Amino acid sequence: MPEKITLKYAVDGDDFTKAGLASSDLKHTLKQIGYDPGFIRRVAIAVYEGEINMVIHAGGGEITADIAPDKVEVWLADSGPGIPNVELAMREGYSTAPIDVHELGFGAGMGLPNIKKYTDDLQIDTTVGVGTTVYMLINNN
Amino acid sequence: MVTVKELSDNLSLEILTTCDEIDRPVTGGYCSDLLSWVMGRASEGDAWITVMGNINSIAVAVLADISCIILADSSALDEEAKNRAEQQNVIILRSELDQFTLCNKIGELLGV
Repeated sequence: MPEKITLKYAVDGDDFTKAGLASSDLKHTLKQIGYDPGFIRRVAIAVYEGEINMVIHAGGGEITADIAPDKVEVWLADSGPGIPNVELAMREGYSTAPIDVHELGFGAGMGLPNIKKYTDDLQIDTTVGVGTTVYMLINNN
Repeated sequence: MVTVKELSDNLSLEILTTCDEIDRPVTGGYCSDLLSWVMGRASEGDAWITVMGNINSIAVAVLADISCIILADSSALDEEAKNRAEQQNVIILRSELDQFTLCNKIGELLGV
């Protein structure tokens, strides 16, 4: 593979039927390149959680993934309401998801904790009223 | 080693999707209706026991690499979810049993 491939995805807000398409496509691409299944699974899960967060909370956004032989870096950028308390948002079980998405199986308060679990680095740059960019790094060990 | 087909035959499960994953080995099981719990805690190859038969369950099954979805309590599968599952090769089975009973029986079959 070339040294680095960059993929970009637009994520629709509030469209739960399309949620997961970007992470599925990224997973498919990584599979075609021939990465280890365990590595692919970690990337897929972390990006899916970020994608779902953008759909539930931020009205969509953009995902950029830099794919290199030894790592995948992903930026999930949105212009949503921002996260007032990141420490609280990182806590397992804490959720501000609206009640209607609970019926779909979301809102367990495990999104960001799952991202942390499956990534080697997670950084959240957020400003209330402006938006959020989530950076994640997954090393291919 | 138990395959999805053996699980289906033994528990008289209804097969709801047409795909070629029926001979995939089932290496364990996980039971939850909260998608992020499944994402975070289910292992690759698990049978996932749930009542959530919507399109988002399909994404979770694909991304978490589970071996099959088993809908408990005769729960419904959306048409949209069925179509997506067939596109993405996700096998979905259904049982009249509740989640507790189903998990028990699957555990016996898997020897866990």
